[in-house]
Amino acid sequence: MSAHASHAPNRSGLWDYLTTVDHKKIAILYLIAGGIFFLAGGLEALLIRLQLMYPEIELVGAKTFNELITMHGTTMIFLAVMPIIFALMNAIVPLQIGARDVAFPFVNALGFWLFFFGGVLLNTSWFLGGAPDAGWTSYTTLALNQYSGRGVDFYVLGLQIAGLGTLIGGINFLVTIINMRAPGMTFMRMPMFTWTSFITSGLILFAFPAITVGLVLLMFDRLFGGNFFNPDAGGNVVIWEHLFWIFGHPEVYILILPAFGVISEVVSTFSRKRLFGYSSMVFATALIGFLGFMVWAHHMFTTGLGAIANTLFGLATMLIAVPTGIKIFNWLLTMWGGQIRFPTANLFAVGFIPTFTIGGMTGVMLAVPPADYQYHDSYFVVAHFHYVIVGGLVFGLFSGLYYWWPKMFGKMLNETIGKWNFWTFFIGFHLTFFPQHFLGLMGMPRRVFTYLKDQNLDMGNFISTIGAFGMTIGTILFVINVVVAAKSSKRAPADPWDGRSLEWAIPSPPPEYNFVQTPLVRGLDALWVEKMAGNKGMTPAEPIGDIHMPSPSFLPFLMSLGLFVAGYGFIYHNYVVVVIGILATLSCMFTRSVKDDPGYHIHEDELEEKGVKA
Amino acid sequence: MKGWQQYWRQFSLFALLALVLTGCGKDELSALKPSGPVAAMQFDLMKLSSAIMIGVFIVVMAIFTYVLIRYRKRPGQQGIPKQVEGNHALEILWTVIPFLLLIIMAIPTVTTGFALHKEYPKEEAVQVKVTAHQFWWEFEYPDLGVASAQDLVLPVGKKVQFVLSASDVKHAFWIPALGGKIDTNPGQENKMWLQADKAGIYYGKCAELCGASHALMDFKVEVKEQADFDTWVANMKGVQAKEPVTATSPLAAEGQQIFDKSCLGCHAVAGKGGKMGPNLTNFADRERVAGIKAHTPENIAEWLKDPQKIKPGNKMPNLNLDDNQVKALVEYMETLSVSEKK
Repeated sequence: MSAHASHAPNRSGLWDYLTTVDHKKIAILYLIAGGIFFLAGGLEALLIRLQLMYPEIELVGAKTFNELITMHGTTMIFLAVMPIIFALMNAIVPLQIGARDVAFPFVNALGFWLFFFGGVLLNTSWFLGGAPDAGWTSYTTLALNQYSGRGVDFYVLGLQIAGLGTLIGGINFLVTIINMRAPGMTFMRMPMFTWTSFITSGLILFAFPAITVGLVLLMFDRLFGGNFFNPDAGGNVVIWEHLFWIFGHPEVYILILPAFGVISEVVSTFSRKRLFGYSSMVFATALIGFLGFMVWAHHMFTTGLGAIANTLFGLATMLIAVPTGIKIFNWLLTMWGGQIRFPTANLFAVGFIPTFTIGGMTGVMLAVPPADYQYHDSYFVVAHFHYVIVGGLVFGLFSGLYYWWPKMFGKMLNETIGKWNFWTFFIGFHLTFFPQHFLGLMGMPRRVFTYLKDQNLDMGNFISTIGAFGMTIGTILFVINVVVAAKSSKRAPADPWDGRSLEWAIPSPPPEYNFVQTPLVRGLDALWVEKMAGNKGMTPAEPIGDIHMPSPSFLPFLMSLGLFVAGYGFIYHNYVVVVIGILATLSCMFTRSVKDDPGYHIHEDELEEKGVKA
Repeated sequence: MKGWQQYWRQFSLFALLALVLTGCGKDELSALKPSGPVAAMQFDLMKLSSAIMIGVFIVVMAIFTYVLIRYRKRPGQQGIPKQVEGNHALEILWTVIPFLLLIIMAIPTVTTGFALHKEYPKEEAVQVKVTAHQFWWEFEYPDLGVASAQDLVLPVGKKVQFVLSASDVKHAFWIPALGGKIDTNPGQENKMWLQADKAGIYYGKCAELCGASHALMDFKVEVKEQADFDTWVANMKGVQAKEPVTATSPLAAEGQQIFDKSCLGCHAVAGKGGKMGPNLTNFADRERVAGIKAHTPENIAEWLKDPQKIKPGNKMPNLNLDDNQVKALVEYMETLSVSEKK
């Protein structure tokens, strides 16, 4: 057998997806897994709101409620929105930079399977004696053995495994964007979504090691009797908070920046204008990323760091309002003078602007430490971060999904259902979270499973729960829309929205090699530039020829499965299982290292469409 | 598109309704009804920052609304809109203006921040040591030599310097109407001062997730006129120096026997008993049972029968008392008072 296999491996169905290293299929895997976790997290949210619909009712009970809030937060942040961001990044970034693949396809698959198995591990806690119940922040000492059950072990191990996946995913995109850009695609010609993905990947690279360290220390405390966070033995509880938020604050920007990218793409496309102030947008993104690392202690104003630390972190936090403001105004000015269309993708993008502005404003209010002593850990904060994360990020993700669905799946999502989806979700969202600002100021702490009858908190909570039904209906409509689209036989055109960037230059869905010929980029909004020059498509930068592809592999799945098994070994203190799991992972790594696999070629005559002579 | 404006109108109506119907909350609980200088300073900052933010929001919404109405794609519209790269003057403008607004906010932020962190010695302020437990509050007055639980008693118009810590997990001490919160960290001490300008009862809460009954970790702040406060301290001191009083009625005597046998190990009464649970010296004077239930014999009985039912996860064991024993205990506990009224 020659070193290069001469034909594409013939795989189909489930086996294809278990072994794929194709970034577009990995995107779909991320989307499916993230979507399922999103539904789980949403169900948890609905139960939370039902429990709080009336004062002093008993629906789920105190312990289950704490499990619900912990799992809702953890699931939504780590297992739902994060993977859906990765889904969009995987599906779109290589296309936007004119690449045939990501830099490390094998690592890309490994990243997905680690996230997936970490998430599954965490969620099995529901069936194995109770989910974690110390809050998604797992503050010590509550998260230590003395005060919480085995659930927190699932949290520690599940997040550790999933976090590894995210970290290597981030590194992969950093390298991809630095190294794999098509000729002419300079940094300052990259589409905004690629830019924000790039900065987000950088943040992942620096933020995730902090949570990794924190989780390792917590794991040692819980499993091996370490005393890092146990004050009775000289440990320090505040150190956990620092480690958590040194990761946790940048995490917020890891989440929101790609949403900013989506909004920039969508607003610009549907206004038929180039993005206003592109370079200031890039600069603002980088600045937000940088400042994101400087402000973690604003989650800890009431921890007792003192006036000087609080004031400095408060002022640094306020500064973030400046680049964020630049972005808001640039979006408004992008629409100014345009021809704005309102398909669902743009409805979500346009709905994002006022919603995120409110979230940003309450963010600045929270940055005033003396006032934060009142807001902190109250429903005001709950309202604020849901305005940012749902009103910003989830709106951004919906917008991105409606926008890129045709590119990812070759089918259009239904616009009528889409509009219902938007309006029910949008109205439901504001109904849910707007009253919570006032509930917080009226004295309602967060994470309470009930509230007393005589404290005037009834009405706000009732309205909030009604709103949650609206969001539920919106989400169900989206699922229906996906099913309708999957069943429809109509194929999406290559460029349904009159797009501006490279992904719209190739068929929907793209062939496995993306570009028949690597395109030559001649400006920002590469495809738009060609359209304006009267060209039918991109000018190729290379002659048509055989395309080299990486081989699919089952190893990433097995490698992650090994850690998954080892995770259970740790949780149940069964070190035989730990050794078996780790050995499985290590032997997969060994196999990968010694097995020579140079991939395969797709031959010129197998290409689906004919290229142009370069 | 026709339904568009209608939705907006309905939505804003709803939002307004939500505001009006919820009002501003209960006076004794709401951060929007400050009853002391700390809460007032914080409320001023809230007002300042929200005014600036609402101003910004109005500007954003004005441009937003104008753009959406003016630049919608109209049927039959020809040509391609002008591709504008940017505008340096505008971009600088919306960088500089937010910066100036932030400076306006930054100045009172700094001054108030330092004012709130001032520490007052015992000559200027009542010193109170707060220890948070799952799921109750312990208050000690080291300079006055008294200790209490669940009901924090303070003099009106006087600064109170708190030193706070926790015995088990992290909690947060919050009396919204008097001022913002601070965490109680196990193994560390935090400081904060507050002052109440009006006598009355305020509601305090735990704001940091601390386990199953976090939601129920409420306490009451009883603010008394200085003379009443002094009387209370003197009475507390008098009682706490002595053995528990011997019960008066036969039923109460029976209750006291049960109490001495089963409860004194954890609960202190007068000068006797353990410190595991709340100090019960002034139990009969308390506003609430367990911090949350109305102070009635029925609620005390309910608690005694099954403490886990009222506050899940708390550390009091179920003593498996029969109805008569509960009745006797309630009778006895209702005599644990330091005020003259009872």
